[in-house]
Amino acid sequence: MTDRVPVLKIGEVLLVSIQTDLDDQMVLDLQEDLSNRIVATGAKGVVIDISALEIVDSFVGRMLAHNAAVSRILGAETIVVGMRPAVAMTLVELGLSMSGVRTALNLERGLKLLRRIAAGRA
Amino acid sequence: MNTESNIRLLVDTLTEQREKFLTQWTRTVGEDLRGRLSTAELGRELGELYDAVLEAMTAGSLDSRGEHFAETRSLLIELSRNRARQGFTPTETVRSVFALKEVLEPSLTGDADSARAYLQFARLLDGLGLLTSEAYLRTREEIISSQAEQLLELSTPVVKLWDGVVGVPLVGTLDSARTQVVMEKLLQTLVDTDSTHAIIDITGVPTVDTQVAQHLLKTVVAARMMGAQCTISGIRPQIAQTIVALGIEFGDIPTNASLSDALRQALKEVALDAEDDVRGLL
Repeated sequence: MTDRVPVLKIGEVLLVSIQTDLDDQMVLDLQEDLSNRIVATGAKGVVIDISALEIVDSFVGRMLAHNAAVSRILGAETIVVGMRPAVAMTLVELGLSMSGVRTALNLERGLKLLRRIAAGRA
Repeated sequence: MNTESNIRLLVDTLTEQREKFLTQWTRTVGEDLRGRLSTAELGRELGELYDAVLEAMTAGSLDSRGEHFAETRSLLIELSRNRARQGFTPTETVRSVFALKEVLEPSLTGDADSARAYLQFARLLDGLGLLTSEAYLRTREEIISSQAEQLLELSTPVVKLWDGVVGVPLVGTLDSARTQVVMEKLLQTLVDTDSTHAIIDITGVPTVDTQVAQHLLKTVVAARMMGAQCTISGIRPQIAQTIVALGIEFGDIPTNASLSDALRQALKEVALDAEDDVRGLL
């Protein structure tokens, strides 16, 4: 299977909604697609919605942190939104604190946070 | 004399003198329980039991674990469940069964044959007695585990303090099992109420050692990962002393002396966000 996670553009924001559990190849593809799209569109923000993910392993956790770092270098702020309670608890138990990644409760709050950052208020 | 004739002798005796034995049995057990159970109730219970045993023996069995005694066993389990719930001691419960031995003793120890039959019957009753005490213990264990669960539920409420602000007043010691429950409830409440601020109040936590601090940190980090601000409040002077003495690092986690300070801070931030919304900045 060569499924790719779609990267959608809404104004100056790129939206990545992960709907299925990711295998390693999909994670690598996503990293590449996302950085290409940021450069191509000049996006100022990236929102990664993981509300459909029931399992986030350390590989996906690292991918999120890695994406956030790459996007920041390319001039876009990354917000991870919609993390489930069970996922947050698993990541804590794994010792991953995702300290470099900004998070928000849901997509709406994530977009608000991005605008706030753009306005220099957060 | 073989087992069959023994059983026949027992069945005959038990059938003939049913009323007498049953009355005596009820009286003996009633004395043990000292009036905490009505005589009518007791008479009904023991009557059912007596008939079930008699029926099983009429079918030719003396094996308390055999299929003929299924009815008796379920009656006994029911009886000991009720006793355990009503707070009777294990002795009082098992004595209900063993008392039948005392009742039968005078009538069955007249000659060698009936004495042998009596011994076999006694063995049957021993088996049933063991079964009763096992059922009693099982019921008590069920009660204990359900109470432990209730306690866990009771001791970890998550309350909504304001629109967008939830609070967790922690009372009692924090171990890993409780941390798990608190974390689960807090995170779920954050999602359900769409809250951006959480305040964990530890006024009711008697001591904070490295273990407890570790648990608190985990909860805060998990809440942050969901995208909520998490504050720890209610740190008493002694606790602050201990935390510093132990060298526990709370890092960049905001802490407050009192819940009201933490709430004020949270409300300020919520108000700031709302202001931005109103201005149409966002």
